[in-house]
Amino acid sequence: MSVENGIGASVRRKEDQRFITGNGHYLDDINRVGQAYGYFLRSPHAFAKISNIDLTAAKAAPGVVDIFTGADMVADGVGGLICGWGITSKDGSPHNAPPHNSLAVDAVRHVGDQVAFVIADTLQQAKDAAELIEVDYEVLTPVTNISKALAPGAPQIHEEAPGNLCYDWELGDKAAVDAAFANAAHVSKIDLVNNRLSPNPMEPRAALGEYDAGSEELTLHTTSQNPHVARLIMSAFLGIAPENKLRVIAPDVGGGFGSKIFVYAEETTTIWAARKINRPVKWTSDRSEAFLTDAHGRDHVSHAELAMDNDGKILAFRVSTQANMGAYLSTFASAVPTYLYGTLLSGQYKIPSIYVEVQAGFTNTTAVDAYRGAGRPEATYVVERMMDTAARDLSMDPTEFRLKNFIQPDAYPYETPVIMTYDSGDYPLAMNLAKEMIDYDGFAARKAQSEANGKIRGIGTAAYIEACGIAPSAAVGSLGAGVGLWESAEVRFNPTGSVTVFTGSHSHGQGHETTFAQIIADKLGVPIESVEVVHGDTSKVPFGMGTYGSRSLAVGGSAIVKAVDKIVEKSKKIAAHLMEASVEDIEHEHGVFSVAGTDKQMTMGEIAFAAYVPHNYPADLEPGMAENAFYDPLNFTFPAGTHIAEVEIDPATGIVDIVDWAAADDFGNIINPMIVEGQVHGGVAQGIGQALLEGVVYDDDSGQLITGSYMDYCMPRADDLPSFRITTTNTPCPSNPLGVKGCGEAGAIAAPAALMNAIVNALGKDIDMPATPEKVWRAINSN
Amino acid sequence: MTTVSMTVNGKQVSADVAPNTLLVQFIRENLRLTGTHVGCDTSQCGACTVHVDGDSVKSCTMLAVQADGADVTTIEGLAQNGELHPMQAAFKENHGLQCGFCTPGMIMSAVDLVKRNPNPSEETIRTELEGNICRCTGYHNIVKSVKAASENMGG
Ligand code: FES
Ligand code: FES
Repeated sequence: MSVENGIGASVRRKEDQRFITGNGHYLDDINRVGQAYGYFLRSPHAFAKISNIDLTAAKAAPGVVDIFTGADMVADGVGGLICGWGITSKDGSPHNAPPHNSLAVDAVRHVGDQVAFVIADTLQQAKDAAELIEVDYEVLTPVTNISKALAPGAPQIHEEAPGNLCYDWELGDKAAVDAAFANAAHVSKIDLVNNRLSPNPMEPRAALGEYDAGSEELTLHTTSQNPHVARLIMSAFLGIAPENKLRVIAPDVGGGFGSKIFVYAEETTTIWAARKINRPVKWTSDRSEAFLTDAHGRDHVSHAELAMDNDGKILAFRVSTQANMGAYLSTFASAVPTYLYGTLLSGQYKIPSIYVEVQAGFTNTTAVDAYRGAGRPEATYVVERMMDTAARDLSMDPTEFRLKNFIQPDAYPYETPVIMTYDSGDYPLAMNLAKEMIDYDGFAARKAQSEANGKIRGIGTAAYIEACGIAPSAAVGSLGAGVGLWESAEVRFNPTGSVTVFTGSHSHGQGHETTFAQIIADKLGVPIESVEVVHGDTSKVPFGMGTYGSRSLAVGGSAIVKAVDKIVEKSKKIAAHLMEASVEDIEHEHGVFSVAGTDKQMTMGEIAFAAYVPHNYPADLEPGMAENAFYDPLNFTFPAGTHIAEVEIDPATGIVDIVDWAAADDFGNIINPMIVEGQVHGGVAQGIGQALLEGVVYDDDSGQLITGSYMDYCMPRADDLPSFRITTTNTPCPSNPLGVKGCGEAGAIAAPAALMNAIVNALGKDIDMPATPEKVWRAINSN
Repeated sequence: MTTVSMTVNGKQVSADVAPNTLLVQFIRENLRLTGTHVGCDTSQCGACTVHVDGDSVKSCTMLAVQADGADVTTIEGLAQNGELHPMQAAFKENHGLQCGFCTPGMIMSAVDLVKRNPNPSEETIRTELEGNICRCTGYHNIVKSVKAASENMGG
């Protein structure tokens, strides 16, 4: 029996009504009576010592409430921003995490670094006053490129990180890999740059801080993907306020893509300052500030080598990567190029041995942290560009080469040499489906046709894998995480039968209010209109770890299922009592409780009412119908699939036209196919952006950010992108009760490799991202 | 300070504003109509799109005083008598939004687009929406929404 608006239905989103009518409440839409406005004075230099800050003139400017510097926060005992994941270097030493004050204390280390926080009655007054602050800088030579920063003689950015090294990490069996290479019939090699990206959620970050002198409570409205984590870090490490006196609210949030996971200097300073001035303070980033301060993504330089036997079977893989951390270590930055990257280098392939080493270092640039996919797009890019290169070296069709080396559908659970245990999948199925969708076999004819038209055609494949549903606490704890990565939920029936679901996941576009309501509709038979999903407020939701790593449904949804199970268990007891049967005889389906073998039944609504009006009620049972649950997964989930891109290049202009895109993704079970498709579209668009258009560029000498606005940083627009053809395969995930794997990052992981393989296929030579018309044209016109 | 008066969503409004006040600031801060969003500071993203005398305008590129005497419609004024505009309904039906932040501007641009191109092709829709950035949807379902709305709007 299927339920209306239940699991598997493309239910139209509940949250849309407020967004399409302009009634959403994004952060800057919220205002408080008497609020003041904050503005950050930022460093114009990439690297400089500060010898003096003179606030005299600025403080006397009209409307100024107060101005704070790093010294004020230090004097107040406010701690520095932290990185929550400890990485251990090859030699056993912990990673270098230099101090990171919210406001600079004696040096600035990237353009845009916070120097002072000006608060005034109006934003314009705060900006005007900031111009009057006199800062004495001693300008130093910066370094922005990771390879240069790690080379001997580079400018030294932090005393605590000699040679600008954060860590030198390794994973895998080096000796086994070296031995395999020594005996290999073929070795293929590739050098790759994974370009630095700016996440660019359309809503800029913002914060509104309030202090209630009576209750001594602080409330921070902030653009966060994980308000409880923000509260934890601000309490435990910065000492802003005890957790029970600090409320963090993330209201409607306009996109995140990772960049709103982190605890940033601006939000922290805003809430601290609200108490200092005992008045609400609001700070809203403009887009220019976002480019300077929202954590960037990617920025890897890698060399990879693949060893194969005579038959084209892979024997071993080794990868060496340099990862740019930026000027400071952001909240989860250290984990991205290590446990979210190195552990995925087996891809979809049976590779007997793998060795990866990663040197992460500091530069005079904006911090780099998780951006949609986080480590896994970088891994897929290395693996899948490598596979195409190897196939080309062996004169094999790249899809045949992959099919030959895939982990087979009967091999699960499959343990990789890089500490992951894949739980389920069918990689050949997805690849063959994608090939069929795009008519892979007809490519040669289409290529000939393009050639006749003076165009160059190419086709490229990426068979990606990701580890999602982040993650089992014990596993991440053993790898250095400072937190547990469970999720919590409460399912609360109201006496009249409506339901409120509290979830620790946070939706900033993913549609949780709909998907989670579908779970309740399906399992408890409650009409979807009567289910309200509450998230994003530490005072309403008991606990939560937030949304990232495609974890909301696999981990947050599973917590809801666990709470539902408790509801059902209790309801059975009430139903048994009321229908005078034994609990063992009560059967339950979609919110209807019946006595086996009879026509006696009760609905969930009737039982919930009885639980709140317990006039006739089991003596040993608590009244009420609200259950909460914490869920800690057993394993990561492993979404995987194949994307194939087909391009046509105009040799006269170098413009790459994406003529077709076919994707077959395995996300396990699917609750709402419409939402899942939308997630894939968005992910692929961001991946195409990375491959063709986007790239953060710094001036090497001055360290100035060149791509600091939408005039210079090329965002994908409607006319840059094609429509997509996507389908899903389905091998249910065995490690969570919903059988789901997660879908939010897949597109961004698969797309860059598929598209670049298509372009390389067309050009017959390697080229780095972004493949701008100029770069492509030059490649065509060089020998 | 300058006095500006205009009609916004059918209501006569008037306020004293600094002469450099942008139309979007006037709408968001003076009128507290916060459905019109600000996504950039270089007039590139289109999140702030409204209709001024029937044409779509990025309200961050226009001073409030320039709209003096104009008839302005924001996203809040699009639905009539509680009935969604066909474009709003099409965005919901076709999952044309995710985080919703670009959506008001996108819808306002799309309404104007269909007014000028009653039966737009996919290519026309994509070209016409070039001034509105969406980071979430990859535009696939936005294009679908606009196409569907154009059919329902009698194009
Ligand atoms: S805010 Fe007006 S175009 Fe971006
Ligand atoms: S829906 Fe999020 S930016 Fe368009």
